[in-house]
Amino acid sequence: MTATAIEHGPEHGHAADDHHHAGESGLATYLENTRRNRLGMWLFFASEAFLFLALLVTRFYLWRGPHGEVVRPELDQFAGLVVTAVLLLSSYFMNRAEVSIANDKRTDFLTSLLITAFLGTAFLVGVVVWEWGMFPGIVKGHLKPTDGVFGAVVFGMTGMHALHVLSGVILILNVWWLGRKGHFSGERHWGVEACAIYWHYVDLVWIFFYPAIYLIGTTIDVPH
Amino acid sequence: MSLFTLGIARGLLGQVLGMVIGMLLTCAVRILLGWEAWAAEPAWTVGAVCSIIGFLLGVGSLDDWLKWTRGIPTPLHHGPPVDKPAWTRYFSVDYNHKVIGVQYTVWGILLLMVGGTVAMIFRTELARSGLQFLGLDLYNSFIGMHGMIMIFAILLGVGGMANYLVPLMIGADDMAFPRLNALGFWFNVPGSILLLLSLFIGGWDAGWTAYPPLSARGPIGYQLFFLGVFAIGLSSIVGSLNLLVTLLRMRPEGMSLFRMPIFCWAVFATSLIQLTATQLIGTSFLMVSVQRAIGMGFFDPRGILGEVSPMVGGGDPVLFQHLFWFYSHPAVYIFVLPGLGIVSELLPVFSRKPLFGYKWIALSSMAIAIVGFLVWGHHMFVSGYNDILRIPFMYATLLVAIPTGVKFFSWLGTIWGGKVHFDTPMLFVLGAISVFLIGGLTGPILATVPTDFPLHDSYFVVGHFHATMFGGFVFPFFAALYYWFPKVTGRMYNETLGKIHFFIMTPAFWVQTLGQMGVGVMGMRRRIADYDPTLGAGQIENWQMAVTIAGFAIAFGVMLMLWNFFQSAEVGAAAGDNPWRSRSPEWQIPSPVPEHSFPAPLHVVGEPYDYGLADAGYVTTASTGDD
Repeated sequence: MTATAIEHGPEHGHAADDHHHAGESGLATYLENTRRNRLGMWLFFASEAFLFLALLVTRFYLWRGPHGEVVRPELDQFAGLVVTAVLLLSSYFMNRAEVSIANDKRTDFLTSLLITAFLGTAFLVGVVVWEWGMFPGIVKGHLKPTDGVFGAVVFGMTGMHALHVLSGVILILNVWWLGRKGHFSGERHWGVEACAIYWHYVDLVWIFFYPAIYLIGTTIDVPH
Repeated sequence: MSLFTLGIARGLLGQVLGMVIGMLLTCAVRILLGWEAWAAEPAWTVGAVCSIIGFLLGVGSLDDWLKWTRGIPTPLHHGPPVDKPAWTRYFSVDYNHKVIGVQYTVWGILLLMVGGTVAMIFRTELARSGLQFLGLDLYNSFIGMHGMIMIFAILLGVGGMANYLVPLMIGADDMAFPRLNALGFWFNVPGSILLLLSLFIGGWDAGWTAYPPLSARGPIGYQLFFLGVFAIGLSSIVGSLNLLVTLLRMRPEGMSLFRMPIFCWAVFATSLIQLTATQLIGTSFLMVSVQRAIGMGFFDPRGILGEVSPMVGGGDPVLFQHLFWFYSHPAVYIFVLPGLGIVSELLPVFSRKPLFGYKWIALSSMAIAIVGFLVWGHHMFVSGYNDILRIPFMYATLLVAIPTGVKFFSWLGTIWGGKVHFDTPMLFVLGAISVFLIGGLTGPILATVPTDFPLHDSYFVVGHFHATMFGGFVFPFFAALYYWFPKVTGRMYNETLGKIHFFIMTPAFWVQTLGQMGVGVMGMRRRIADYDPTLGAGQIENWQMAVTIAGFAIAFGVMLMLWNFFQSAEVGAAAGDNPWRSRSPEWQIPSPVPEHSFPAPLHVVGEPYDYGLADAGYVTTASTGDD
């Protein structure tokens, strides 16, 4: 039974030999391991959802006007729209990469990964330079982290999300590097799948964060 | 053999180096920015982050993943290390769940002793009114330290039981993710070291709950406290994820969810809470941490729009309490559900009767876990939050009594009419039931708003809480230690010493918890170093002295147990494979359990708890098929 085989591959898979020929048992173990990995990944997302929900709760709890109405600070709407579009576009190329390796199209796979990593980096640069104003010589930001709860929540939410994007970009570049060395195949590419669903997840989080930060509530002027 | 063949020695070295590198890095960045080179708080904070990474790199629990990033295959090594003595595997990274379970348990017991020692120190101070030998700040740090170290110890004890037992109980070779399992344990070591270290750089004097604004203005020790909690929290999250995948995907043929040993249900419910709620304590502590470090004012009420209204743009300390208790209330169910699972697991074995209402017990664990998410506000009845919130939180809290009551009556139904054997594990199970009953009955008093008001923040709460923790974790944990000691070591503990331990500890704990409640009703507040000796018609000092003496008696009992285990592991009589005549899979294999636990896959052919029924099998192995 595959149910008792563990991730240590065919050499200890006394379990896997029940109804598979020797050549197929390695793949059967791999598939069972992939099922476990996939479940583990989704449980990880469930856990992370609580982190992002806590940040959303914080935003709606703290951003209140003098009469308790939902407010938001004045931010650069154009910057928000551009980075959001860039991130959504990157998810398309991530999906293209996964489909390509599933069909053993290595060149398309590698190209799509590079485009995804580039768009992810563009998102990061957009947030850090444009919205945060980390380099006031280029763009002067709207808020500082110390601007009461408005600064705290904007930098807290975008910062936590940017940290996830950064880790995603590093993961993508790692997968790209391994793919170039010939790793992954149409049959065995859990690493690519994990990277892809992580990237989509980070993207999904931004779909909730963007309106919470940029769109919902009446604007309120934050003096510095 | 040099000391550094031990993973833990390399890890500690890595932690020290990480700390130094982190501090130097901070100074370098500050110099580049043109600021003064040394600032204690950022240096310690960055240093502490690097020290956790340094420990993990040093101990070697990241090695395999670093190889994966370079595409190097890493076949899992089985058995003791080839070129070193076998015992060294317990001090190094090892992927066998039985080794990791022992590592968790031993580290947990060590922390239990540290936390207990701290408690003995401040209990001695409290035996008389006035200040004898502790300063106020140190006293405050000590009570917080006792709380948080005990929480670490309990989480480690839970992890130890779950990691050792769950794969054995479901007939799996190991956990679903052995590397993650090892990482989950090793996070705890640098985490607890940071927590202890924080005492020496100022401590943290606002209790284990770390409420701002006090924690936002307290000593630097808070940053290390937060990072220690992050490390333990990461351990909780990866550990529970691993257990859930193991339970969901690695059960043998025929073991449906309702045919698992009941402890597995308790672990399943616990893991669901640990996986999700733990994020909230991390988030709330991270917010305080960045408020301290870079002035992000989540909980700082000073508004920025002063001319409109003083409050607009200001943070809110009550938000912290919401986020914090969203974890920290479910956390008490993380502590007690596995313990209650142990009670349900052991009662049928020692009563020689089927478990009464298996499905009800299984589902009551899930019900407690789910309702537990909806009750955090009962910690905040006097916090000044919206009055209207008190009512739903009061009713939700009272609702917890229903699934807990289901457990109690199922336990009574199991014992009823059974052939009860009073071995030490069974005594501790019965002790757990009696103590948890005290904790359970005092719960509704605190859950009801009008009775909570006069008792809030009094020693009554302390008494209630200790009764739930001892009944829900400590007594069942000790029962589990006595019960599975023969399985882990192959030898039997000394029964007489075990019974002496029980008969010292149980009455002592009754005195302690009822005494704590008593001084609370007299007007003793929790977290206070000095008290008015005229309280309780001048009797309070006698009560306090009784609580202190009871505390020392409990400590003596625990020392007796540890001595018993040390002694028996060497000279105890051979225990045989199944001294308790249990039906559970782990007792059908040799003691101590071999490297690969089960020679062949299990097949489940019956119900787990059909004790006393003739020809009612539970598990069989496919290869032999004769048992």
